[in-house]
Amino acid sequence: MSTFDNPFDVAQKPAKRCGCSCGQHSTQGEHDAAATRAKAEAEFVATAGEEQRARRVVEAGVMRALFPNPVQRRAFLKAVGATTAAAALAQVFPVMTAADALAAGGTPEKKDLKVGFIPITCATPIIMAHPMGFYGKQGLNVEVVKTAGWAVIRDKTLNKEYDAAHMLSPMPLAISLGLGSTAVPFTVPAIENVNGQAITLAMKHKDNRDPKNWKGMKFAIPFDYSMHNYLLRYYLAEHGLDPDKDVQLRSVPPPEMVANLRADNIDGFLAPDNICQRAVFDGVGFNHILSKEIWDGHPCCAFAASKAFVTEAPNAYGALLRAIIEAAAFASKADNRKQIADAIAPANYLNAPVTVLEQVLTGTYADGLGNVKKDPNRVTFDPFPWESFAVWMLTQMKRWGQLKGDVDYQGIAKEVFLQTDAVRLMKEAGLTPPEASTKTFAVMGKTFDPAKPEDYLASFAIKRSS
Amino acid sequence: MTKPIDLRAGAVSLLILVTFLLAWHLTVSGGSGVQKMDPEYAKLMGITTTQGKSAMPGPLDVGATLWGHLKDPFYVRGTNDVGLGLQLGHSILRVMAGYLLAMAVAIPLGFLIGMSPLMSRALDPFIQVLKPISPLAWMPLALYTIKDSGASAIFVIFICSVWPMLINTAFGVANVRKEWINVARTLEVGTFRKAFTVILPAAAPTIVTGMRISIGIAWLVIVAAEMLVGGTGIGYFVWNEWNNLSITNVITAILVIGVVGMLLDQLLARLGRLVTFPE
Repeated sequence: MSTFDNPFDVAQKPAKRCGCSCGQHSTQGEHDAAATRAKAEAEFVATAGEEQRARRVVEAGVMRALFPNPVQRRAFLKAVGATTAAAALAQVFPVMTAADALAAGGTPEKKDLKVGFIPITCATPIIMAHPMGFYGKQGLNVEVVKTAGWAVIRDKTLNKEYDAAHMLSPMPLAISLGLGSTAVPFTVPAIENVNGQAITLAMKHKDNRDPKNWKGMKFAIPFDYSMHNYLLRYYLAEHGLDPDKDVQLRSVPPPEMVANLRADNIDGFLAPDNICQRAVFDGVGFNHILSKEIWDGHPCCAFAASKAFVTEAPNAYGALLRAIIEAAAFASKADNRKQIADAIAPANYLNAPVTVLEQVLTGTYADGLGNVKKDPNRVTFDPFPWESFAVWMLTQMKRWGQLKGDVDYQGIAKEVFLQTDAVRLMKEAGLTPPEASTKTFAVMGKTFDPAKPEDYLASFAIKRSS
Repeated sequence: MTKPIDLRAGAVSLLILVTFLLAWHLTVSGGSGVQKMDPEYAKLMGITTTQGKSAMPGPLDVGATLWGHLKDPFYVRGTNDVGLGLQLGHSILRVMAGYLLAMAVAIPLGFLIGMSPLMSRALDPFIQVLKPISPLAWMPLALYTIKDSGASAIFVIFICSVWPMLINTAFGVANVRKEWINVARTLEVGTFRKAFTVILPAAAPTIVTGMRISIGIAWLVIVAAEMLVGGTGIGYFVWNEWNNLSITNVITAILVIGVVGMLLDQLLARLGRLVTFPE
């Protein structure tokens, strides 16, 4: 079930569907009469689009929490009917109250917000929401501020200079746990992008494509608490290399990566796009593999806010999140990508050549070895913060010794990845929610069961944990 | 004979500049060979690969960019894109704030240290340890404790530019000629009057020299600080253009930073000439 799918749609296939063309089924329960239902779809795009979509995100969360198993969910819907289900759900769970924060709800506590970003294509929803007016539509006056690096964006967000920020998705976990900073409860209300990274190698390695021969090479990663770090380590370890002993991994800010690759200081990097494509564009390196070849559908960057902001300014937070989800929904459509590339290329935003951004966003790209490759899923946008993503990141943190001792995987994931908001609200309402649903996925062909993180961890031959 | 020497020196300077620019132009204009590629593929690649243009810009590129910035220095196209003139303005304001703060602390404190041999000895180890610390090392600490990036940048300028002023003031005050102090003592001049009418004028040239060193350091620090903190300023401009791998803009910024630094230094040199006295 994708974030933008109708949770009450019986016919819905469990297969992932992108986009927001799911308005044909009314979910407004009591006040949506059957007669108006036919018109709903047309209006969905035109006017009521955002509110419905926001509502749907919450409803989807509740349904997912109630029926983790899609088969069960469909059986339930079939048995009682979608309208009854929505009405019944509204009885036991105040969908509207939860949706309030997301939907038009109250007026934002503050309208002038500052959101920090790092100039890479991962930040696309956060950035494009500014020139394309998604913030303005929510009545917000958001300033998107370009920031020099991950440590600075972390500190500026902790210092409350930024109300929310673009972070690498493991960072809010690390901050909440007090790894590499003071422990401050942080949240991930939305993932920014899925896929969209690559392993780029220097031109001199163009005949050296087998990772088994990479012993002694030097690689750059953007930050220690990054999917890039975990994915590269995973990839190397699967090929029998110990990432701490056989190769050197360096934390290097993305703009320095291309310069270092050119200067022959590093042999390659697993970096966020547009940096990878930029290296190709400048003839410095080639794209060895896209990160989606390691794990198709992996999260990368996150839209992060402190728990304090979420609780102190729920309406501003709701409006901001709605703008991000709207932007992500817009960006998830392949047809819009060229337009987005044009909008985010100027010096005020990414400050990068449009050709490079288009290659990244549309997935028709030069690989650096003379071939034009096409992969429309090179980067996609789906904001749903799956808890299982967080659990996987925590297993990798423990695997490489960033995290020691016993880890409450599910607890931390629930605290940080706000999919759990629904579950928490249900508990407050005196209900017993089932375990939150999780998505199983495979990384390099190996299935990850989020319910058994310790077993998963134990199954790796190369690891640091005690 | 001075005029011909000035003239000749100017001519030599010009010759060096022209030779340098010519050498620069020739080295970058060569470029490497272009390999044949599929036109569809070539469309997706940069000109360094398709036309064999050197990655290093030539003096003409830099000149054109510089002219572009000078033509329109005060534009604002959003939070992250403002003109070079405004960026410089932000940097100069920051430098001034940190520098004036450093002056307000260093000169009085230096006076006290200079007048007391005991304090001078006692504080010396601290000053010696703190003096050589790089601005980049202070930054994380400042961000962590001050919790405000703007104030952190000013603090870093303060902490880096305070030491030369402090040391020079203390040195100048301590080395005022004993005869003058003794005359003042003979005339039974009060402590404050002695400080302001005898010691201050006598130590002024040394103090201004310290200030001149400090402004140079403050200007060095600002670029590093702004590269880290980001947002506004000439350092941010360099970082932003580096991010875009636009070496042309980076060279332009280097030139501008150099010119502004020289102007600041000349300003203090003028001040120095005002306070020097013939002995």
